[in-house]
Amino acid sequence: MAKRPDTASLPDARGHFGPWGGTFVAETLVGPLEELRDAWERYRMDPEFVQELESDLKHFVGRPSPVYFAQRWSRKIGGADIWLKREDLNHTGAHKINNTVGQALLARRMGKGRVIAETGAGQHGVASATVAARFGLDCVVYMGRVDMVRQAINVYRMRLLGAEVIPVESGSKTLKDALNEALRDWVSNVHDTFYIIGTVAGPHPYPVMVREFQAVIGREARAQMIEQTGRLPDVAVACVGGGSNAIGLFHGFLDDDVKLVGVEAAGAGLETGEHAASLCAGQPGVLHGSRSYLLSDADGQISETHSVSAGLDYPGVGPEHAWLKDSGRAEYVAVTDDDALAAFHELTVTEGIMPALESSHALAYARTLARDMGPGAVILVNLSGRGDKDVQTVADIDGVAL
Amino acid sequence: MNRIVTRLDALRAAGKKAGTTAIVAYVTAGHPHPDMTVGIMHELVAAGADLLELGVPFSDPMADGPVIQRACETALGHGVSSGTVFKMLRRFRERDVTTPVILMGYLNPIETMGTGAFAARAAEAGADGVLVVDCPPEESGELNAALKAKELCQIYLLSPTTTDDRVRLIAGQGSGFLYYVALTGVTGADSLIPDTVVARVQQIRGMTDLPVGVGFGIKDAESAVVLAAGADLIIVGSALVARLGERGDPEAVKAAAALVSEIRAGLDAPSVAGERGVL
Repeated sequence: MAKRPDTASLPDARGHFGPWGGTFVAETLVGPLEELRDAWERYRMDPEFVQELESDLKHFVGRPSPVYFAQRWSRKIGGADIWLKREDLNHTGAHKINNTVGQALLARRMGKGRVIAETGAGQHGVASATVAARFGLDCVVYMGRVDMVRQAINVYRMRLLGAEVIPVESGSKTLKDALNEALRDWVSNVHDTFYIIGTVAGPHPYPVMVREFQAVIGREARAQMIEQTGRLPDVAVACVGGGSNAIGLFHGFLDDDVKLVGVEAAGAGLETGEHAASLCAGQPGVLHGSRSYLLSDADGQISETHSVSAGLDYPGVGPEHAWLKDSGRAEYVAVTDDDALAAFHELTVTEGIMPALESSHALAYARTLARDMGPGAVILVNLSGRGDKDVQTVADIDGVAL
Repeated sequence: MNRIVTRLDALRAAGKKAGTTAIVAYVTAGHPHPDMTVGIMHELVAAGADLLELGVPFSDPMADGPVIQRACETALGHGVSSGTVFKMLRRFRERDVTTPVILMGYLNPIETMGTGAFAARAAEAGADGVLVVDCPPEESGELNAALKAKELCQIYLLSPTTTDDRVRLIAGQGSGFLYYVALTGVTGADSLIPDTVVARVQQIRGMTDLPVGVGFGIKDAESAVVLAAGADLIIVGSALVARLGERGDPEAVKAAAALVSEIRAGLDAPSVAGERGVL
């Protein structure tokens, strides 16, 4: 059995998970982050805040999301039972909104009338634009030019929701560059602007704050599995880009005898260098305000990453995952574009559920695991988002003109 | 003796006279072309720069604005690495052993080399100080020790949102000078309020024995003169990089040097020098 790290005391006051995390920012961001940390500490336990959050999660997001036994798919694979935590059924179609509702409520309490966000696949941008519309906040979303092409429908969705989408032309024109640009906006407009980071990365307090907003996934899933199967799963599996849906799921099972597996994007294959697997193939480094595993070259320049799924296409990963990896509590693996696509198709035709390409990475690994573990075992997969946004990408790969 | 300290002490000793506000000129190493950097450094010194800040290119310079981001991309596109930057500095030192040079960059390339190795190579190449943008004092214990061991100054940023307590904390850990960011934004932005900056810099000078420099947002001689009122040093970066352009044009180098000359002349104009009580 893997070690159980003392997670109750982590992170420390400056956001460290052991050697990971921290607050590696320019002095210009220190004040704004302290203001955010103070607000977060003040409201996280505030009964009114908690009640408002829970109410919105129920009536606006549609929680709790069900767990679902993928019976036909499990039988087809011929091994363990695979259960799905249906985050795809949330309003806006992914787990991202759990966090944006929370941060938007915090922004309102801090008196910030403008929110900004970075987005890769567009899911976090859509979730941010959605809560901005819901709460009457101005919203600007930064998105790499390359991702805007890959996720054109989400760009239009954000605009329909009243958000301004600003294309980012610097660097690799993907998620990491969008994050740089959002940080620049925030530091310039901090008096009226709240930066909604979409994952468990970034400087303290973002990794812990986003974790707490996503922990609802694991809390619900644990209770639902016990209720519906009378037991805990043997393994909990989630995809990892920045790592927020995985942290949210894992936190429900940290103290249980449940194996935790994070699945990164192996892209064209780890051996090709064209991937986004910072935990499986990266090294320690500092990016976007925290220390974690990341993909960089021999000179410490951040690498351009590749994944068929824009949401996993990020060269870093949340610092708590680095901690969970090193402590042995969680295991991290990587799945290629091809295997993820195969899982996408298989789940769609056998269960009538079209998964996001991000989630398809977790599904692909669960498929392998189900065969290895055999009948009688139970695998819980976080189906972090729905695949409607990826239809164009899949059609392009399949050579189908729409 | 570290060249930054020597230079700033000399200026301080000169008292309230012309030439006593130091100009720090920033260039990104390898921009617009690696072959031009050493020449540009000499030109800027000839034009009146007292200290040079040599930017170590980074792929994700999140505290910098679009001008320096582009300069970093250009330099990286030419294959510039930390090792290349040291080579450039060594070549600069062949002809100039007195002008202080500060390396400015981000933490990841430094840690990738190893903080000890970076400090050793920086010192060996002829650097006098290091400014690591994304490494505030709370996170820089190891780096600070490595730089001290090689007698390199560690220059820290202060911002308009830095509290008095933090100013004292940072002043206690920093050396060489303190770098006050004149605005809440990125390098090259244009939202600064001069009176507020001058007043704050004067307060900060009352809290520390270290000289205080002002940067981020200095566009021309006029803005430099206004901000210099409270400062020991003024730092000009994006405006120089923008003048250098992307084409590697020798005329652009002259234009950049001319900006430094204009700032020097503006600062040394009798009415300005007389009014200031700097250093």
